Amino acid sequence: MIYREAGDFKTSYRDDSQTFPIRLDRWGYYAVLAVAFGIVPFVINDYWANAVLVPFLIYAIAALGLNILTGYAGQVSLGTGGFMAVGAYAVYKLMTSFPEVNVVIHILLAGGITAIVGLLFGLPSLRIKGFYLAVATLAAQFFLVWLFNKVPWFYNYSASGQITAPTRTVLDHAVTGPAASAPAKYLVCLCFAFVLAWVARNLTRGTLGRKWMAIRDMDIAAEIIGVDPLRAKLSAFAVSSFFVGIAGALLFAVYLGAAEVGEAFGINKSFLVLFMIIIGGLGSIFGSFAGAAFLVLLPVLLKNLLVGSLGWPTDLAAHIELMIVGALIVLFLIVEPHGLARLWTLTKEKLRLWPFPH
Amino acid sequence: MNQMSTEGYVTADGRQIGGVLMEMKNITLRFGGVVAIKDISFDIRQGEIRAIIGPNGAGKSSMLNVISGFYHPQEGEVWFKGYRRGPMKPYQVARLGIARTFQNIALFDGMSVLDNIMTGRLNRMKAGFLSQALWWGAAEREENENREAVEKIIDFLEIQNIRKTPVGRLPYGLKKRVELARALAAEPQLLLLDEPMAGMNVEEKEDMSRFILSVNDEFGTTICLIEHDMGVVMDLSDRVVVMDYGKKIGDGTPAEVRANQEVIDAYLGVAHD
Repeated sequence: MIYREAGDFKTSYRDDSQTFPIRLDRWGYYAVLAVAFGIVPFVINDYWANAVLVPFLIYAIAALGLNILTGYAGQVSLGTGGFMAVGAYAVYKLMTSFPEVNVVIHILLAGGITAIVGLLFGLPSLRIKGFYLAVATLAAQFFLVWLFNKVPWFYNYSASGQITAPTRTVLDHAVTGPAASAPAKYLVCLCFAFVLAWVARNLTRGTLGRKWMAIRDMDIAAEIIGVDPLRAKLSAFAVSSFFVGIAGALLFAVYLGAAEVGEAFGINKSFLVLFMIIIGGLGSIFGSFAGAAFLVLLPVLLKNLLVGSLGWPTDLAAHIELMIVGALIVLFLIVEPHGLARLWTLTKEKLRLWPFPH
Repeated sequence: MNQMSTEGYVTADGRQIGGVLMEMKNITLRFGGVVAIKDISFDIRQGEIRAIIGPNGAGKSSMLNVISGFYHPQEGEVWFKGYRRGPMKPYQVARLGIARTFQNIALFDGMSVLDNIMTGRLNRMKAGFLSQALWWGAAEREENENREAVEKIIDFLEIQNIRKTPVGRLPYGLKKRVELARALAAEPQLLLLDEPMAGMNVEEKEDMSRFILSVNDEFGTTICLIEHDMGVVMDLSDRVVVMDYGKKIGDGTPAEVRANQEVIDAYLGVAHD
């Protein structure tokens, strides 16, 4: 079966507007899902879960969130780290205050709380655009980190100032705390990533997504066709922060287990997620995953290569690794400024005509 | 109701024109010390093609921006469908049933032609957030219903072959057509066209003229357009407002306007005193 649209007739608008219009794409998508849900949980070990798959899935959720705001709605944000901290501290307070409630509900609520905070910090976007908005969201980043450091109520007055995730179970399997197993952590993150990616796709293909993209591409024209810029921008901030908040909650509760706000959710996090969507591709669901994979997997890969295969000392390898990742990012942006998602689209377009391009 | 909106008239080609749809009363618009529009009154009647012409800088686009809510005049009243319109934001004006195109194309470059035209129907899509997020029920139903309406417009403007193309890749003439399609998708009562034929070659102009006439004819849409090509304006429009230096210097059928001495002076150049 060659990669073709020809012969795959669409007889309704529903079929025509589906996510994967080409049959081979659809199969590929189902195959990936089948492997992710059906095979990986049985073969995953601690190393793969902690070093690769769990951070990849969590950062993919954060990248999805930022991509909704920056890629789809065109509002630049440098506050991702701060919003992830809101999610983490919200889930921590909820987990310790209401231990009898299921942690999945806590994580969703943490997303909701972050959405409200994001909405508040999105208010300046009505007045300012571009770089200036980036600076305003940077203020959010610093303010939130400062807040979680200064007010002991947020970390339950613990002596170290850290927050530590207690053990919580889903269907009798521990997913947070030290007892959590690799498959349980992985499956929780996978379920969240899958559902949220699906929601992101639904939102961006419909009315709301068109409003966001209209504001992004030309705000004056968006207004003239009846888009209220206030509601469009604020909804983008809210939805984006919901995603980012869930990513923060998962990062703290499932992945890290314990966190200190400045270290785990500092400005570096904001840049990391921003790089992910730039490298992955702005305004693309696939790009969010690709960018997260690139920036999570590449350091692991390089480390294995340099330390494992070439036998370099660890500290040297760590420095070289940073340089290589940096150089690759620069190289990559020169070669394909629209990111991995664009590269993927171009490949598919070529493949569609292959082997007879004329 | 407005006392002037009663009787209509019959055009030269025999179309019945209805009562007053939109009326501008003594509009004055200033930017600081600059008077862009000075005490202008005119009306747009149901079903007619109304043109605003004038030399560059006459205030035509400013007038269109007043109608579509970008500018708020310091003096004067805007009446639409018999009601006085307060100061409104552009998106509120859009919801009243006024759509427009821009002199410099204002399409959404990152979206496909289909998505661009679908944005024209945003105000008709009411599905709630949850329904959209889950793509279930109202969201999906609305999407397909509105897609059907959009496809009719795509057929009407003969752009079927480019519906999935990103707008950024299209040539100029087609972009203009897509912009018209987006405005039409909103099924407006009043369609404002800001220089729909600027920068086009003869064939493209002929196509566009044909589309404007058939929009007016088939959908009964009232059209108000700004255009510099006098041949086109005189052929298309039922009545013409002529502006010069922010003032109205002529108003009437193309024949009347053509015979107006002030208009001739404005176009051929006479020293202003």
